[in-house]
Amino acid sequence: MHLSYQMVLAQLMLGLNNGAFYAILSLGLAVIFGLLNIINFAHGAFYMLGAFVALIGYTKLGPLLGMPDFHMNYWAALLISPLVVGLLGVLIEKTMLKRLYKVDHLYGLLLTFGLALILQGIFTNYFNVSGTSYNGKPEILRGVVNLKFMMFPTYRLWSIGLSLGVCFVTWFAIERTKLGSYLRAGTENPGLVQAFGVNVPLMITLTYGFGVGLAAFAGVVAAPIYSVSPIMGSEMIITVFAVVVIGGMGSIMGSIWTGLSLGMLEGLTKVIYPPAANTVIFFMMILVLLIKPAGLFGKEQ
Amino acid sequence: MTSVNRKLWTALFLLGMVAPFLLYPVFVMQLLCFALFACAFNLLTGYTGLLSFGHAAFFGGAAYITGYLVKNTGLTPELGVLVGTLAAGMMGYIFGILTIRRQGIYFAMITLALAQVVFFIALKSPFTGGEDGLQDIPRGMFLGLIDLGHTYHIAGKPLELNLYYFVFAVFCLGFWIIHRAIHSPFGQVLKAIRENEPRAISLGYKVERLKLLAFVLSASLAGTAGATKSIVFQLASLTDVSWHISGEVILMTLLGGLGTVLGPVVGAFTVVTLQSELSALGSWVMVVIGATFVVCVLAFRRGFVGEVLEKIRIRAIKHNE
Amino acid sequence: MKKKLMQFVMGTAILGLAMTTSAAGISSNVVKIGVLTDMSGVYSAIGGKGSVVAAKMAIADFGGKVLGKQIQLISADHQNKADIASTKAREWADTDHVDMITGLLNSGCALAVQKIGTEKKVITMATGAGSTTLTNEHCSPYGIHYVYDTYALPKVAGSAIVDTGGKTWYFLTADYAFGHSLEKNTKAFVKSHGGKVLGQVRHPLATADFSSYLLQAQASGAKVIGLANAGGDFINAVKQAREFGIVQGGQTIAGMLVFLSDVKSLGLDVAQGMNFATSFYWDRDAASRAWSKRYFAKTGAMPTMDQAGVYSAVTTYLKAIKKAGTDNPDTVMKTMRGMKINDFFSINGHLRADGSMVHDMFLVEVKKPSESKSPWDLLKVIKEVPGNEAFMPLSEGSCALVK
Repeated sequence: MHLSYQMVLAQLMLGLNNGAFYAILSLGLAVIFGLLNIINFAHGAFYMLGAFVALIGYTKLGPLLGMPDFHMNYWAALLISPLVVGLLGVLIEKTMLKRLYKVDHLYGLLLTFGLALILQGIFTNYFNVSGTSYNGKPEILRGVVNLKFMMFPTYRLWSIGLSLGVCFVTWFAIERTKLGSYLRAGTENPGLVQAFGVNVPLMITLTYGFGVGLAAFAGVVAAPIYSVSPIMGSEMIITVFAVVVIGGMGSIMGSIWTGLSLGMLEGLTKVIYPPAANTVIFFMMILVLLIKPAGLFGKEQ
Repeated sequence: MTSVNRKLWTALFLLGMVAPFLLYPVFVMQLLCFALFACAFNLLTGYTGLLSFGHAAFFGGAAYITGYLVKNTGLTPELGVLVGTLAAGMMGYIFGILTIRRQGIYFAMITLALAQVVFFIALKSPFTGGEDGLQDIPRGMFLGLIDLGHTYHIAGKPLELNLYYFVFAVFCLGFWIIHRAIHSPFGQVLKAIRENEPRAISLGYKVERLKLLAFVLSASLAGTAGATKSIVFQLASLTDVSWHISGEVILMTLLGGLGTVLGPVVGAFTVVTLQSELSALGSWVMVVIGATFVVCVLAFRRGFVGEVLEKIRIRAIKHNE
Repeated sequence: MKKKLMQFVMGTAILGLAMTTSAAGISSNVVKIGVLTDMSGVYSAIGGKGSVVAAKMAIADFGGKVLGKQIQLISADHQNKADIASTKAREWADTDHVDMITGLLNSGCALAVQKIGTEKKVITMATGAGSTTLTNEHCSPYGIHYVYDTYALPKVAGSAIVDTGGKTWYFLTADYAFGHSLEKNTKAFVKSHGGKVLGQVRHPLATADFSSYLLQAQASGAKVIGLANAGGDFINAVKQAREFGIVQGGQTIAGMLVFLSDVKSLGLDVAQGMNFATSFYWDRDAASRAWSKRYFAKTGAMPTMDQAGVYSAVTTYLKAIKKAGTDNPDTVMKTMRGMKINDFFSINGHLRADGSMVHDMFLVEVKKPSESKSPWDLLKVIKEVPGNEAFMPLSEGSCALVK
């Protein structure tokens, strides 16, 4: 395989596309980890759920409501799906995760692992595991754009832009606003923040809801590109874990940059040695941990 | 107390001896393999406090190595299991060097990633048979004398007794080693590290070296379990090295009781039985297993055995008062 | 104390023995059929619960009894894991005294179960697995490969596509034994028909994003992009090929293993015009339509070739028992080898010594949305290929049972 300059650029673009999804997902994980100290194993399941809310809204909601011609469109799904899933997250935090803050943090990992299995099992029972096409892609985003070095599908370009936008807004909200400063302070010293009159338990609940809402958002954005399938999350989550570990657990900027660059690394691997595409991130992780045990952007404990 | 203990052990041992006549022997062998795997895992997680999310690498890695050697070099099964165990121990040492300084969630994530690399190697190496797995592993002659594949027909029921007692012996040996390790001074120090690491360091213990030793021991015995399984089922496959198995062994241990001697055995029996009984339900099995995880974490974190022991302890305290 | 315990244990042991003996007695009075399939994994839409329904229908249509004895059905999920499949099959053979096992959706599972079938004298009728090794190096006196294999499919589809002008090929291959075998066989047919192979790229199993591979295929300039993968991988690859304008750019996509459920999942809009080989299509003739409509009434989906194959396999097996007058596996196998297998699924079918059930295959084309009159009106049969031309000749095979 000779690598032309165009080919490399094209692969980098495609890698960036996947990397943008890694970035949103690992960002959500990082936010949750930062405040709740929980590794949210169910993150992949919420990503899957987000895609399914969009799919069900598009194909099944109309007939269900007795209006066979009604389709929840893509734009509505972008808003509604994260809300629905975020609410579910709030419910889970209120009823389950809340009871685990006083015990070892590993129990949070185990609980969410169980939740992921439940969600995946339920959807496997009702939907085709090979995937179902989401056909609600808006007209305006169909077609391809000429990028000079390649023809790039418009929707993918949109999905990269949108994902980066969301990542930036989240980063800005946490690092540069007052609300964010409470959040960061809550991570360091919840008792003190509580004493200042901030409702810390509520903040924690909302953070979890927001984190899983982000995952659902990524799910909606991914739905028109990949097939919507019950196992799309479980395939993704392990990779995203590796991204988070490489970036340094809990670092917001770290997870965004690592997500994007690992996506591109993966893209290049697909041309150079395709069979390793699924594993290159794990090799990378071992390498990083040998050199910087706390991850690229993490602080030593 | 000790006499109660002795009676319990004797009863369990006898139960193990007659089990192939009561239940389907292959099923019991499967139970024993997973029980040993869970006990080995418990040694690390329950007693040292390090949650590994990559134990499938040792279980499956050893299964492949043993299977390959027994099939292709005519190694006898007991030597095959021994080599598998040593190989898993070596892998454990490598994993250990890379991870032992990390704690909690970091440790879990890194072991997971390393196990994924092992999975990749198993997928790509020519000797593993890819996704078909390594099939047709012979059961072979124990010590070159006893045919482990021999089936007795007693009352019209096929019984692979030679194999069963081989597996039972391996299990007992593995279990005994773990039991000894836990109750030795080494085990006591591990518990001290779990409870309060800085204090153990200040008492002059070489904490890292001890943790590494625990890791290697745990990995080796997980390997024993995997190697034995490959002899029983004549098969080593990608399932054995996948992260789902790492998750399952956590569930088994947690359900039975982290840090209890018998807990992992009870947990393994429960999970394997559930899976076997519910297998006609298809994907609902996953839901049941997931729900078990959730209920277990929320309602009884001590696990079956842990809860029972706690009840006994409380009663004893009340009694003393 | 110890003595009492001993007595108790021995007592239970004897009780256990007594119970199983009586169970064995009943077992010889029923014919037990096991459906072992993927109910939760990537192939559950191809087989899964639909296969169990098909087997139930076959038993009910046969009257529920054969030679005056009850026919029983058991089923389980092999999760596409060879160890689970082998454990279940062993247990069925040892404790349930199962007589025949069908389903088996991937090659690893089918190989493991066929192995156990040989050891325990249980007939296996694999309907979902593709690997030709089942009837070659690993062939068994009790193993039947019923629906399709990785030789027949590319033979039918590959040859036809080269003959109609698709001379240059580039392969996207799932990086595991099944994909490799599909790729290797297709290449051979492409070359023997005067086509050329320009290259291939191997992708890991369960890939979500095929765009990189597709770009490589596009850059090769090959007329045909051959997909040597299955299920979700196939669907994703086709969908994304459309997204990148590959089909519009004049290249053809050819799936080497396509099930009806895949086409349904893709939708006609995306899949239209694609040619592929299959053993069965529901709307092929009156008989297949009649059966498929009954199946549809029970499941809400039209059958894949695997699901239809399960019905046919079970029926053939029961017919053979009736004809042989016994369920002795050796006699039943012998009877089946002497039978003509003709039903709504199989046309001109017969069972060869190597275990391959040779029957006519079909080249089909996915309809354009404008041609489709109903939600399941998806394909049209464009060519019928006689079984002896489609399947590997015995002379090329390596089965030790063939003298």
